[in-house]
Amino acid sequence: MSNTVLSVENVHTFYGQIEALKGISLYVDSGEIVTLIGANGAGKSTTLNTISGLLSPKAGSIKLFDEVISGLPVHKVTAKGVVQVPEGRRIFPRMTVEENLNMGAFLRNKDAAGIKESMGRVFDLFPRLKERRTQKGGTLSGGEQQMLAMGRGIMAKPKLLMLDEPSMGLAPVVVETIFETIEKLNQEGTTILLVEQNAAMALSVAHRGYVLEVGSIALEGLGTELLHNEQVRKTYLGES
Amino acid sequence: MSLSYLLEQTLNGVTLGGLYALLALGYTLVYGILLMINFAHSELFMLGGYVGLGVLKLLSDPATVKATGLGFLEPIQAFFMSGTVGFVALLVATFGISAIVVGILGMVIERFAYRPLRHAPRLAPLISAIGVSIFLQNAVLLWIDSKQLPYTRADGSAFVTAQTAFTIGTVHVSTMQVFIVVTSLVLLALLDTFVSKTRIGRAMRATSQDGEAAGLMGVNINSVIALAFFIGPALGAVAGVFNGMYYGSVKFNMGFVPGIKSFTAAVIGGIGNLRGAMLGGFLLGIIESLASGFVSNAYRDVIAFVVLILVLIFRPGGLLGEAVAEKV
Ligand SMILES: Nc1ncnc2c1ncn2[C@@H]1O[C@H](COP(=O)(O)OP(=O)(O)OP(=O)(O)O)[C@@H](O)[C@H]1O
Ligand SMILES: [Mg+2]
Repeated sequence: MSNTVLSVENVHTFYGQIEALKGISLYVDSGEIVTLIGANGAGKSTTLNTISGLLSPKAGSIKLFDEVISGLPVHKVTAKGVVQVPEGRRIFPRMTVEENLNMGAFLRNKDAAGIKESMGRVFDLFPRLKERRTQKGGTLSGGEQQMLAMGRGIMAKPKLLMLDEPSMGLAPVVVETIFETIEKLNQEGTTILLVEQNAAMALSVAHRGYVLEVGSIALEGLGTELLHNEQVRKTYLGES
Repeated sequence: MSLSYLLEQTLNGVTLGGLYALLALGYTLVYGILLMINFAHSELFMLGGYVGLGVLKLLSDPATVKATGLGFLEPIQAFFMSGTVGFVALLVATFGISAIVVGILGMVIERFAYRPLRHAPRLAPLISAIGVSIFLQNAVLLWIDSKQLPYTRADGSAFVTAQTAFTIGTVHVSTMQVFIVVTSLVLLALLDTFVSKTRIGRAMRATSQDGEAAGLMGVNINSVIALAFFIGPALGAVAGVFNGMYYGSVKFNMGFVPGIKSFTAAVIGGIGNLRGAMLGGFLLGIIESLASGFVSNAYRDVIAFVVLILVLIFRPGGLLGEAVAEKV
Protein backbone atom coordinates (compact mmCIF):
# COMPACT_ATOMS: atom_id res chain seq x y z
CA MET A 1 0.00 0.00 0.00
CA SER A 2 1.38 3.35 -1.00
CA ASN A 3 1.74 6.22 1.37
CA THR A 4 -0.61 8.38 -0.67
CA VAL A 5 -4.16 8.36 0.69
CA LEU A 6 -5.80 10.50 -1.96
CA SER A 7 -4.70 11.39 -5.45
CA VAL A 8 -6.67 13.63 -7.72
CA GLU A 9 -5.47 13.70 -11.32
CA ASN A 10 -6.47 16.24 -13.89
CA VAL A 11 -10.07 16.48 -12.73
CA HIS A 12 -12.61 18.54 -14.69
CA THR A 13 -16.01 19.23 -13.17
CA PHE A 14 -18.89 21.08 -14.81
CA TYR A 15 -22.12 22.71 -13.69
CA GLY A 16 -24.01 22.47 -16.92
CA GLN A 17 -21.89 24.43 -19.37
CA ILE A 18 -19.76 26.08 -16.70
CA GLU A 19 -16.42 24.42 -16.15
CA ALA A 20 -15.82 24.93 -12.43
CA LEU A 21 -12.71 22.72 -12.21
CA LYS A 22 -10.33 22.98 -15.13
CA GLY A 23 -8.01 20.07 -14.63
CA ILE A 24 -7.03 19.89 -11.00
CA SER A 25 -4.35 17.60 -9.60
CA LEU A 26 -3.45 17.20 -5.96
CA TYR A 27 -2.54 14.51 -3.49
CA VAL A 28 -2.69 13.91 0.24
CA ASP A 29 -0.22 11.61 1.97
CA SER A 30 -1.01 9.56 5.01
CA GLY A 31 -0.78 11.59 8.21
CA GLU A 32 -0.76 14.95 6.48
CA ILE A 33 -2.86 18.05 6.82
CA VAL A 34 -3.18 19.50 3.34
CA THR A 35 -5.01 22.75 2.83
CA LEU A 36 -6.75 24.15 -0.20
CA ILE A 37 -7.12 27.92 -0.14
CA GLY A 38 -8.56 30.36 -2.62
CA ALA A 39 -10.98 33.22 -3.10
CA ASN A 40 -14.76 32.92 -3.15
CA GLY A 41 -15.87 30.94 -6.13
CA ALA A 42 -12.41 29.51 -6.86
CA GLY A 43 -13.81 25.98 -6.78
CA LYS A 44 -12.76 24.74 -3.35
CA SER A 45 -16.14 23.27 -2.41
CA THR A 46 -16.53 21.92 -5.91
CA THR A 47 -13.25 20.07 -5.45
CA LEU A 48 -14.37 18.47 -2.20
CA ASN A 49 -17.81 17.67 -3.57
CA THR A 50 -16.21 15.99 -6.56
CA ILE A 51 -13.96 13.90 -4.34
CA SER A 52 -16.85 12.86 -2.08
CA GLY A 53 -19.06 11.88 -4.99
CA LEU A 54 -21.71 14.59 -4.57
CA LEU A 55 -20.55 15.69 -8.02
CA SER A 56 -19.01 13.52 -10.64
CA PRO A 57 -16.09 14.68 -12.74
CA LYS A 58 -16.35 14.85 -16.49
CA ALA A 59 -12.71 13.87 -16.91
CA GLY A 60 -9.79 12.86 -14.76
CA SER A 61 -9.47 10.34 -11.98
CA ILE A 62 -9.65 10.28 -8.20
CA LYS A 63 -8.00 7.49 -6.27
CA LEU A 64 -8.19 6.48 -2.64
CA PHE A 65 -4.95 4.56 -2.04
CA ASP A 66 -4.83 2.57 -5.29
CA GLU A 67 -8.54 2.32 -5.89
CA VAL A 68 -10.40 4.56 -8.32
CA ILE A 69 -13.34 6.20 -6.55
CA SER A 70 -14.36 8.82 -9.11
CA GLY A 71 -17.81 8.10 -10.48
CA LEU A 72 -18.97 6.28 -7.35
CA PRO A 73 -22.11 7.67 -5.68
CA VAL A 74 -21.60 9.62 -2.49
CA HIS A 75 -22.66 6.90 -0.05
CA LYS A 76 -20.16 4.46 -1.56
CA VAL A 77 -17.33 6.98 -1.33
CA THR A 78 -18.22 7.51 2.33
CA ALA A 79 -18.21 3.76 2.84
CA LYS A 80 -14.62 3.68 1.54
CA GLY A 81 -13.60 6.05 4.32
CA VAL A 82 -13.63 9.47 2.65
CA VAL A 83 -15.69 11.65 4.96
CA GLN A 84 -16.67 15.22 4.18
CA VAL A 85 -17.76 17.81 6.72
CA PRO A 86 -19.64 20.08 4.35
CA GLU A 87 -19.61 23.84 4.06
CA GLY A 88 -22.28 25.44 6.23
CA ARG A 89 -22.22 22.52 8.71
CA ARG A 90 -25.38 20.87 7.39
CA ILE A 91 -26.26 19.17 10.66
CA PHE A 92 -29.69 17.56 10.97
CA PRO A 93 -31.69 20.33 12.65
CA ARG A 94 -34.50 18.22 14.09
CA MET A 95 -32.28 15.51 15.48
CA THR A 96 -30.60 15.70 18.85
CA VAL A 97 -26.85 16.08 19.19
CA GLU A 98 -26.61 12.40 20.01
CA GLU A 99 -28.71 11.36 17.03
CA ASN A 100 -26.60 13.54 14.76
CA LEU A 101 -23.47 11.84 16.02
CA ASN A 102 -25.06 8.44 15.53
CA MET A 103 -25.83 9.39 11.93
CA GLY A 104 -22.10 10.01 11.52
CA ALA A 105 -21.55 6.39 12.48
CA PHE A 106 -24.34 5.20 10.18
CA LEU A 107 -22.15 2.67 8.38
CA ARG A 108 -20.60 1.25 11.54
CA ASN A 109 -23.85 -0.40 12.53
CA LYS A 110 -22.23 -3.67 13.65
CA ASP A 111 -19.81 -1.93 15.97
CA ALA A 112 -21.81 -0.69 18.95
CA ALA A 113 -18.82 -0.70 21.28
CA GLY A 114 -16.70 1.22 18.78
CA ILE A 115 -19.44 3.80 18.29
CA LYS A 116 -19.65 4.36 22.01
CA GLU A 117 -15.91 4.81 22.19
CA SER A 118 -15.93 7.30 19.32
CA MET A 119 -18.73 9.24 20.94
CA GLY A 120 -16.69 9.43 24.11
CA ARG A 121 -13.81 10.79 22.08
CA VAL A 122 -16.00 13.44 20.45
CA PHE A 123 -17.28 14.48 23.88
CA ASP A 124 -13.69 14.73 25.12
CA LEU A 125 -12.78 16.97 22.22
CA PHE A 126 -15.95 19.06 22.54
CA PRO A 127 -17.28 18.97 26.12
CA ARG A 128 -19.91 21.50 25.03
CA LEU A 129 -21.58 18.81 22.93
CA LYS A 130 -21.77 16.47 25.87
CA GLU A 131 -23.70 19.06 27.86
CA ARG A 132 -26.09 19.45 24.96
CA ARG A 133 -26.44 15.85 23.91
CA THR A 134 -30.25 15.84 24.09
CA GLN A 135 -30.69 19.25 22.50
CA LYS A 136 -31.91 19.52 18.89
CA GLY A 137 -29.17 20.35 16.40
CA GLY A 138 -31.08 23.29 14.99
CA THR A 139 -31.09 25.06 18.35
CA LEU A 140 -27.30 25.02 18.78
CA SER A 141 -25.17 28.12 18.26
CA GLY A 142 -23.09 28.38 15.10
CA GLY A 143 -19.93 27.33 16.89
CA GLU A 144 -21.62 24.37 18.52
CA GLN A 145 -23.05 23.34 15.18
CA GLN A 146 -19.57 23.36 13.68
CA MET A 147 -18.34 21.20 16.56
CA LEU A 148 -21.24 18.85 15.93
CA ALA A 149 -20.50 18.70 12.22
CA MET A 150 -16.88 17.82 12.94
CA GLY A 151 -17.90 15.36 15.63
CA ARG A 152 -20.21 13.69 13.15
CA GLY A 153 -17.29 13.36 10.75
CA ILE A 154 -15.09 11.84 13.46
CA MET A 155 -17.81 9.30 14.26
CA ALA A 156 -17.32 7.81 10.79
CA LYS A 157 -13.69 6.86 11.55
CA PRO A 158 -12.46 8.43 8.33
CA LYS A 159 -9.38 7.39 6.38
CA LEU A 160 -9.48 10.90 4.99
CA LEU A 161 -11.36 13.73 6.67
CA MET A 162 -12.29 16.63 4.43
CA LEU A 163 -13.31 19.86 6.15
CA ASP A 164 -14.96 22.65 4.14
CA GLU A 165 -14.41 26.04 5.79
CA PRO A 166 -14.79 24.94 9.40
CA SER A 167 -14.01 28.46 10.65
CA MET A 168 -16.67 30.19 8.56
CA GLY A 169 -18.63 32.77 10.52
CA LEU A 170 -17.21 31.85 13.91
CA ALA A 171 -15.82 34.04 16.68
CA PRO A 172 -12.00 34.02 17.04
CA VAL A 173 -12.09 31.96 20.25
CA VAL A 174 -14.14 29.26 18.59
CA VAL A 175 -11.92 29.32 15.50
CA GLU A 176 -9.04 28.73 17.89
CA THR A 177 -10.77 25.65 19.34
CA ILE A 178 -11.60 24.29 15.90
CA PHE A 179 -8.00 24.59 14.70
CA GLU A 180 -6.63 23.08 17.89
CA THR A 181 -8.95 20.15 17.34
CA ILE A 182 -7.81 19.77 13.75
CA GLU A 183 -4.20 19.54 14.92
CA LYS A 184 -5.09 17.15 17.71
CA LEU A 185 -6.98 14.85 15.35
CA ASN A 186 -4.04 14.90 12.98
CA GLN A 187 -1.57 14.07 15.74
CA GLU A 188 -3.75 11.10 16.62
CA GLY A 189 -3.32 9.90 13.05
CA THR A 190 -6.18 11.34 10.99
CA THR A 191 -5.30 12.46 7.48
CA ILE A 192 -6.97 15.78 6.69
CA LEU A 193 -7.81 17.83 3.62
CA LEU A 194 -8.77 21.29 4.80
CA VAL A 195 -10.52 23.95 2.74
CA GLU A 196 -10.27 27.43 4.20
CA GLN A 197 -10.79 31.11 3.57
CA ASN A 198 -8.77 31.83 6.65
CA ALA A 199 -5.48 31.27 4.83
CA ALA A 200 -3.22 32.36 7.66
CA MET A 201 -4.67 29.87 10.12
CA ALA A 202 -4.91 27.10 7.55
CA LEU A 203 -1.34 27.47 6.33
CA SER A 204 0.01 27.59 9.86
CA VAL A 205 -1.44 24.16 10.72
CA ALA A 206 -0.99 22.51 7.31
CA HIS A 207 1.97 20.49 6.14
CA ARG A 208 1.32 21.42 2.54
CA GLY A 209 -1.07 23.64 0.68
CA TYR A 210 -2.56 24.38 -2.70
CA VAL A 211 -3.82 27.74 -3.93
CA LEU A 212 -6.83 27.49 -6.20
CA GLU A 213 -7.70 30.24 -8.64
CA VAL A 214 -10.81 30.06 -10.82
CA GLY A 215 -10.76 26.32 -11.21
CA SER A 216 -7.01 25.73 -11.52
CA ILE A 217 -4.19 25.17 -9.07
CA ALA A 218 -2.09 28.34 -9.15
CA LEU A 219 0.48 27.50 -6.53
CA GLU A 220 1.48 24.64 -4.32
CA GLY A 221 4.06 24.11 -1.63
CA LEU A 222 4.79 23.52 2.01
CA GLY A 223 2.56 25.36 4.44
CA THR A 224 5.37 27.59 5.65
CA GLU A 225 6.53 28.30 2.10
CA LEU A 226 3.12 29.48 1.03
CA LEU A 227 2.73 31.45 4.22
CA HIS A 228 5.79 33.44 3.20
CA ASN A 229 5.05 33.59 -0.49
CA GLU A 230 4.66 37.19 -1.56
CA GLN A 231 1.74 36.58 -3.89
CA VAL A 232 -0.14 34.61 -1.25
CA ARG A 233 0.51 37.29 1.33
CA LYS A 234 -0.88 39.94 -0.97
CA THR A 235 -3.91 38.11 -2.22
CA TYR A 236 -5.00 35.96 0.70
CA LEU A 237 -3.48 37.43 3.82
CA GLY A 238 -4.58 40.97 3.11
CA GLU A 239 -1.13 42.53 3.02
CA SER A 240 -0.26 45.28 0.66
CA MET B 1 -79.37 16.44 20.19
CA SER B 2 -78.22 13.92 22.70
CA LEU B 3 -74.84 13.07 24.11
CA SER B 4 -74.92 9.65 22.50
CA TYR B 5 -75.49 11.27 19.11
CA LEU B 6 -72.46 13.46 19.71
CA LEU B 7 -70.40 10.42 20.66
CA GLU B 8 -71.61 8.50 17.63
CA GLN B 9 -70.70 11.31 15.31
CA THR B 10 -67.32 11.58 16.96
CA LEU B 11 -66.76 7.85 16.50
CA ASN B 12 -67.70 8.16 12.83
CA GLY B 13 -65.19 10.98 12.65
CA VAL B 14 -62.44 8.96 14.27
CA THR B 15 -63.10 6.16 11.80
CA LEU B 16 -62.93 8.51 8.85
CA GLY B 17 -59.91 10.13 10.50
CA GLY B 18 -58.10 6.80 10.63
CA LEU B 19 -58.53 6.48 6.86
CA TYR B 20 -57.37 10.05 6.29
CA ALA B 21 -54.39 9.57 8.56
CA LEU B 22 -53.26 6.42 6.75
CA LEU B 23 -53.58 8.19 3.43
CA ALA B 24 -52.08 11.48 4.60
CA LEU B 25 -48.89 9.71 5.67
CA GLY B 26 -48.15 8.83 2.07
CA TYR B 27 -48.31 12.47 0.99
CA THR B 28 -46.24 13.66 3.89
CA LEU B 29 -43.54 10.98 3.64
CA VAL B 30 -42.86 11.80 0.01
CA TYR B 31 -43.11 15.54 0.51
CA GLY B 32 -40.76 15.37 3.49
CA ILE B 33 -38.04 13.76 1.41
CA LEU B 34 -38.53 15.08 -2.12
CA LEU B 35 -40.57 18.27 -1.57
CA MET B 36 -42.94 16.85 -4.11
CA ILE B 37 -46.68 16.20 -4.00
CA ASN B 38 -47.38 12.71 -5.25
CA PHE B 39 -50.66 13.32 -7.06
CA ALA B 40 -50.80 9.64 -7.96
CA HIS B 41 -51.14 8.68 -4.29
CA SER B 42 -54.94 8.83 -4.37
CA GLU B 43 -54.89 6.36 -7.26
CA LEU B 44 -52.72 3.98 -5.27
CA PHE B 45 -55.36 4.15 -2.55
CA MET B 46 -57.98 3.30 -5.18
CA LEU B 47 -55.91 0.40 -6.52
CA GLY B 48 -55.49 -0.85 -2.96
CA GLY B 49 -59.28 -1.16 -2.83
CA TYR B 50 -59.34 -3.10 -6.11
CA VAL B 51 -56.49 -5.44 -5.24
CA GLY B 52 -58.18 -6.12 -1.89
CA LEU B 53 -61.42 -6.95 -3.63
CA GLY B 54 -59.60 -9.25 -6.04
CA VAL B 55 -57.91 -11.11 -3.20
CA LEU B 56 -61.18 -11.45 -1.31
CA LYS B 57 -62.90 -12.88 -4.38
CA LEU B 58 -60.14 -15.35 -5.06
CA LEU B 59 -59.91 -16.49 -1.47
CA SER B 60 -63.51 -16.52 -0.35
CA ASP B 61 -66.01 -16.24 -3.18
CA PRO B 62 -67.06 -19.64 -4.60
CA ALA B 63 -68.47 -17.90 -7.69
CA THR B 64 -64.93 -16.89 -8.61
CA VAL B 65 -63.89 -20.53 -8.84
CA LYS B 66 -66.73 -21.15 -11.25
CA ALA B 67 -66.10 -18.05 -13.30
CA THR B 68 -62.35 -18.56 -13.63
CA GLY B 69 -62.24 -22.34 -13.64
CA LEU B 70 -59.38 -22.21 -11.14
CA GLY B 71 -60.29 -25.44 -9.37
CA PHE B 72 -57.23 -25.38 -7.11
CA LEU B 73 -58.80 -22.43 -5.28
CA GLU B 74 -61.54 -24.61 -3.83
CA PRO B 75 -59.59 -26.12 -0.91
CA ILE B 76 -57.95 -22.74 -0.30
CA GLN B 77 -61.34 -21.10 -0.08
CA ALA B 78 -62.56 -23.84 2.21
CA PHE B 79 -59.77 -22.88 4.64
CA PHE B 80 -60.37 -19.14 4.46
CA MET B 81 -64.14 -19.52 4.81
CA SER B 82 -64.13 -21.70 7.89
CA GLY B 83 -64.13 -20.46 11.44
CA THR B 84 -62.32 -17.64 13.16
CA VAL B 85 -58.84 -18.74 12.11
CA GLY B 86 -59.86 -18.73 8.47
CA PHE B 87 -61.49 -15.34 8.82
CA VAL B 88 -58.50 -13.72 10.49
CA ALA B 89 -56.20 -15.31 7.89
CA LEU B 90 -58.46 -13.90 5.18
CA LEU B 91 -58.16 -10.39 6.58
CA VAL B 92 -54.40 -10.64 6.98
CA ALA B 93 -54.02 -11.96 3.43
CA THR B 94 -56.27 -9.29 1.97
CA PHE B 95 -54.62 -6.35 3.66
CA GLY B 96 -51.14 -7.82 3.37
CA ILE B 97 -51.28 -8.66 -0.33
CA SER B 98 -52.94 -5.37 -1.22
CA ALA B 99 -50.33 -3.42 0.75
CA ILE B 100 -47.40 -5.30 -0.79
CA VAL B 101 -48.68 -5.15 -4.37
CA VAL B 102 -49.49 -1.45 -4.17
CA GLY B 103 -46.27 -0.73 -2.28
CA ILE B 104 -44.26 -2.33 -5.07
CA LEU B 105 -46.25 -0.39 -7.63
CA GLY B 106 -45.39 2.79 -5.72
CA MET B 107 -41.69 1.94 -5.99
CA VAL B 108 -42.03 1.22 -9.70
CA ILE B 109 -43.75 4.56 -10.27
CA GLU B 110 -41.00 6.38 -8.40
CA ARG B 111 -38.29 4.57 -10.33
CA PHE B 112 -39.67 5.27 -13.77
CA ALA B 113 -41.84 8.37 -13.50
CA TYR B 114 -40.12 10.48 -10.82
CA ARG B 115 -36.48 9.50 -10.44
CA PRO B 116 -35.47 10.51 -13.96
CA LEU B 117 -36.85 13.97 -13.13
CA ARG B 118 -35.12 14.32 -9.77
CA HIS B 119 -32.87 17.12 -10.98
CA ALA B 120 -35.39 18.71 -13.30
CA PRO B 121 -37.29 21.86 -12.30
CA ARG B 122 -39.74 21.21 -9.47
CA LEU B 123 -42.78 21.40 -11.70
CA ALA B 124 -41.66 18.46 -13.85
CA PRO B 125 -42.22 15.63 -11.35
CA LEU B 126 -45.56 17.18 -10.37
CA ILE B 127 -46.72 17.04 -13.95
CA SER B 128 -45.42 13.50 -14.21
CA ALA B 129 -47.40 12.59 -11.08
CA ILE B 130 -50.58 14.01 -12.57
CA GLY B 131 -49.86 11.93 -15.66
CA VAL B 132 -49.45 8.77 -13.61
CA SER B 133 -52.70 9.56 -11.81
CA ILE B 134 -54.65 9.96 -15.03
CA PHE B 135 -53.05 6.83 -16.45
CA LEU B 136 -53.97 4.68 -13.46
CA GLN B 137 -57.57 5.91 -13.34
CA ASN B 138 -58.04 5.23 -17.01
CA ALA B 139 -56.35 1.86 -16.82
CA VAL B 140 -58.91 0.77 -14.23
CA LEU B 141 -61.73 2.40 -16.17
CA LEU B 142 -60.80 0.55 -19.38
CA TRP B 143 -59.52 -2.76 -18.17
CA ILE B 144 -61.65 -3.41 -15.12
CA ASP B 145 -64.88 -1.47 -15.04
CA SER B 146 -66.26 2.00 -15.39
CA LYS B 147 -69.04 1.31 -12.88
CA GLN B 148 -68.66 0.84 -9.20
CA LEU B 149 -68.02 -2.71 -8.06
CA PRO B 150 -69.73 -3.94 -4.90
CA TYR B 151 -67.37 -5.08 -2.16
CA THR B 152 -69.28 -8.34 -1.83
CA ARG B 153 -69.37 -11.89 -3.10
CA ALA B 154 -71.28 -12.58 -6.31
CA ASP B 155 -74.32 -13.55 -4.25
CA GLY B 156 -74.30 -10.18 -2.55
CA SER B 157 -73.01 -11.31 0.84
CA ALA B 158 -70.37 -9.13 2.47
CA PHE B 159 -66.90 -10.57 3.01
CA VAL B 160 -66.70 -8.82 6.32
CA THR B 161 -70.01 -7.94 7.86
CA ALA B 162 -69.43 -4.30 8.38
CA GLN B 163 -72.41 -3.27 10.36
CA THR B 164 -72.56 -5.81 13.15
CA ALA B 165 -73.64 -3.22 15.63
CA PHE B 166 -73.41 -3.28 19.36
CA THR B 167 -74.07 -0.60 21.88
CA ILE B 168 -71.99 0.81 24.65
CA GLY B 169 -74.49 2.55 26.89
CA THR B 170 -76.66 4.21 24.32
CA VAL B 171 -73.95 4.65 21.69
CA HIS B 172 -74.15 2.49 18.57
CA VAL B 173 -70.83 1.14 17.46
CA SER B 174 -70.05 -1.14 14.54
CA THR B 175 -67.33 -3.77 14.57
CA MET B 176 -66.02 -2.33 11.32
CA GLN B 177 -65.43 1.03 13.00
CA VAL B 178 -63.56 -0.57 15.85
CA PHE B 179 -61.55 -2.59 13.39
CA ILE B 180 -60.61 0.46 11.31
CA VAL B 181 -59.73 2.64 14.28
CA VAL B 182 -57.66 -0.03 16.03
CA THR B 183 -55.81 -1.13 12.90
CA SER B 184 -54.95 2.39 11.83
CA LEU B 185 -53.74 3.29 15.33
CA VAL B 186 -51.55 0.18 15.42
CA LEU B 187 -50.09 0.92 11.98
CA LEU B 188 -49.45 4.55 12.89
CA ALA B 189 -47.73 3.52 16.11
CA LEU B 190 -45.58 1.01 14.22
CA LEU B 191 -44.54 3.60 11.66
CA ASP B 192 -43.78 6.14 14.35
CA THR B 193 -41.60 3.66 16.20
CA PHE B 194 -39.87 2.58 13.01
CA VAL B 195 -38.99 6.13 12.06
CA SER B 196 -37.82 7.26 15.47
CA LYS B 197 -36.16 4.14 16.85
CA THR B 198 -34.61 2.13 14.04
CA ARG B 199 -31.44 2.79 12.11
CA ILE B 200 -33.20 2.85 8.75
CA GLY B 201 -35.92 5.06 10.20
CA ARG B 202 -33.28 7.51 11.37
CA ALA B 203 -31.79 7.46 7.90
CA MET B 204 -35.20 8.41 6.53
CA ARG B 205 -35.50 11.32 8.92
CA ALA B 206 -31.97 12.44 8.12
CA THR B 207 -32.72 12.28 4.41
CA SER B 208 -35.82 14.42 4.82
CA GLN B 209 -33.90 17.01 6.85
CA ASP B 210 -30.92 17.21 4.52
CA GLY B 211 -30.57 14.67 1.74
CA GLU B 212 -27.05 15.59 0.68
CA ALA B 213 -25.77 15.50 4.23
CA ALA B 214 -27.42 12.10 4.71
CA GLY B 215 -25.58 10.91 1.61
CA LEU B 216 -22.34 12.11 3.16
CA MET B 217 -23.12 9.94 6.19
CA GLY B 218 -23.27 6.93 3.88
CA VAL B 219 -27.04 6.74 3.49
CA ASN B 220 -28.12 5.47 0.09
CA ILE B 221 -30.66 8.15 -0.75
CA ASN B 222 -32.23 6.17 -3.57
CA SER B 223 -33.01 3.28 -1.24
CA VAL B 224 -34.53 5.61 1.32
CA ILE B 225 -36.72 7.23 -1.33
CA ALA B 226 -37.75 3.81 -2.64
CA LEU B 227 -38.65 2.76 0.89
CA ALA B 228 -40.80 5.87 1.36
CA PHE B 229 -42.52 5.02 -1.91
CA PHE B 230 -43.22 1.55 -0.58
CA ILE B 231 -44.47 2.47 2.88
CA GLY B 232 -46.71 5.36 1.80
CA PRO B 233 -48.61 3.48 -0.90
CA ALA B 234 -48.80 0.34 1.27
CA LEU B 235 -50.56 2.32 4.00
CA GLY B 236 -52.69 3.98 1.34
CA ALA B 237 -53.71 0.53 0.09
CA VAL B 238 -54.78 -0.51 3.56
CA ALA B 239 -56.95 2.61 3.66
CA GLY B 240 -58.33 1.67 0.23
CA VAL B 241 -59.39 -1.79 1.41
CA PHE B 242 -60.98 -0.27 4.52
CA ASN B 243 -62.76 2.23 2.36
CA GLY B 244 -64.17 -0.56 0.19
CA MET B 245 -65.32 -2.59 3.18
CA TYR B 246 -66.76 0.40 5.03
CA TYR B 247 -68.63 2.03 2.15
CA GLY B 248 -69.31 -1.23 0.34
CA SER B 249 -67.91 -0.54 -3.11
CA VAL B 250 -64.94 0.58 -5.20
CA LYS B 251 -64.84 2.76 -8.28
CA PHE B 252 -62.08 4.01 -10.57
CA ASN B 253 -62.41 7.60 -9.36
CA MET B 254 -62.90 6.84 -5.68
CA GLY B 255 -59.46 8.24 -4.78
CA PHE B 256 -60.11 11.83 -5.74
CA VAL B 257 -62.03 13.18 -2.76
CA PRO B 258 -60.26 11.22 0.00
CA GLY B 259 -56.98 12.15 -1.70
CA ILE B 260 -57.68 15.85 -1.51
CA LYS B 261 -58.96 15.56 2.04
CA SER B 262 -55.92 13.61 3.18
CA PHE B 263 -53.57 16.02 1.50
CA THR B 264 -55.43 18.76 3.36
CA ALA B 265 -54.97 16.77 6.57
CA ALA B 266 -51.24 16.52 5.90
CA VAL B 267 -51.05 20.29 5.39
CA ILE B 268 -53.08 20.99 8.53
CA GLY B 269 -50.71 18.83 10.55
CA GLY B 270 -47.63 20.33 8.91
CA ILE B 271 -46.60 18.74 5.64
CA GLY B 272 -43.49 16.62 5.96
CA ASN B 273 -44.25 15.86 9.60
CA LEU B 274 -45.47 12.30 10.23
CA ARG B 275 -47.20 12.90 13.54
CA GLY B 276 -48.70 16.02 12.01
CA ALA B 277 -50.27 13.92 9.25
CA MET B 278 -51.75 11.56 11.82
CA LEU B 279 -53.09 14.41 13.92
CA GLY B 280 -54.40 16.27 10.88
CA GLY B 281 -56.13 13.13 9.62
CA PHE B 282 -58.03 12.47 12.82
CA LEU B 283 -58.82 16.13 13.33
CA LEU B 284 -60.22 16.53 9.85
CA GLY B 285 -62.26 13.33 10.13
CA ILE B 286 -63.80 14.40 13.42
CA ILE B 287 -64.51 17.95 12.29
CA GLU B 288 -66.14 16.70 9.12
CA SER B 289 -68.36 14.24 10.94
CA LEU B 290 -69.43 16.75 13.55
CA ALA B 291 -70.10 19.30 10.83
CA SER B 292 -72.27 16.90 8.89
CA GLY B 293 -74.02 15.70 12.03
CA PHE B 294 -74.73 19.05 13.62
CA VAL B 295 -74.68 21.58 10.81
CA SER B 296 -75.49 19.94 7.53
CA ASN B 297 -74.00 17.24 5.40
CA ALA B 298 -73.80 19.75 2.58
CA TYR B 299 -71.42 21.92 4.59
CA ARG B 300 -68.94 19.26 5.67
CA ASP B 301 -66.39 20.04 2.97
CA VAL B 302 -66.82 23.77 3.36
CA ILE B 303 -66.14 23.50 7.07
CA ALA B 304 -63.17 21.18 6.50
CA PHE B 305 -61.54 23.70 4.21
CA VAL B 306 -62.38 26.62 6.46
CA VAL B 307 -60.41 24.77 9.13
CA LEU B 308 -57.53 24.41 6.69
CA ILE B 309 -57.55 28.12 5.95
CA LEU B 310 -57.72 29.05 9.63
CA VAL B 311 -54.82 26.77 10.46
CA LEU B 312 -52.77 28.22 7.64
CA ILE B 313 -53.51 31.78 8.74
CA PHE B 314 -52.51 31.21 12.34
CA ARG B 315 -49.87 28.54 11.85
CA PRO B 316 -48.59 28.71 8.29
CA GLY B 317 -46.37 25.68 8.79
CA GLY B 318 -49.26 23.55 10.02
CA LEU B 319 -50.02 22.45 13.57
CA LEU B 320 -46.83 20.47 14.13
CA GLY B 321 -44.81 21.93 11.27
CA GLU B 322 -41.64 23.90 11.56
CA ALA B 323 -42.10 27.60 12.03
CA VAL B 324 -39.09 28.41 9.90
CA ALA B 325 -38.22 27.17 6.46
CA GLU B 326 -35.23 24.88 6.58
CA LYS B 327 -34.35 24.57 2.96
CA VAL B 328 -32.24 27.51 1.97
N1 LIG C 1 -24.77 24.39 -8.12
C1 LIG C 1 -24.06 25.21 -8.92
N2 LIG C 1 -24.51 25.53 -10.15
C2 LIG C 1 -23.80 26.33 -10.97
N3 LIG C 1 -22.63 26.87 -10.65
C3 LIG C 1 -22.12 26.60 -9.45
C4 LIG C 1 -22.82 25.75 -8.52
N4 LIG C 1 -22.07 25.66 -7.41
C5 LIG C 1 -20.97 26.40 -7.62
N5 LIG C 1 -20.99 26.98 -8.85
C6 LIG C 1 -19.96 27.83 -9.42
O1 LIG C 1 -18.73 27.13 -9.43
C7 LIG C 1 -17.68 27.98 -9.03
C8 LIG C 1 -16.95 27.38 -7.85
O2 LIG C 1 -17.81 27.36 -6.72
P1 LIG C 1 -17.39 26.74 -5.32
O3 LIG C 1 -18.60 26.68 -4.48
O4 LIG C 1 -16.64 25.50 -5.54
O5 LIG C 1 -16.40 27.88 -4.77
P2 LIG C 1 -15.64 27.96 -3.40
O6 LIG C 1 -14.20 28.06 -3.73
O7 LIG C 1 -16.04 26.87 -2.50
O8 LIG C 1 -16.16 29.36 -2.86
P3 LIG C 1 -16.52 29.83 -1.36
O9 LIG C 1 -15.25 30.22 -0.71
O10 LIG C 1 -17.38 31.04 -1.58
O11 LIG C 1 -17.22 28.72 -0.68
C9 LIG C 1 -18.30 29.34 -8.75
O12 LIG C 1 -18.12 30.14 -9.88
C10 LIG C 1 -19.75 29.04 -8.55
O13 LIG C 1 -20.55 30.11 -8.97
MG1 LIG D 1 -17.08 26.79 -0.77
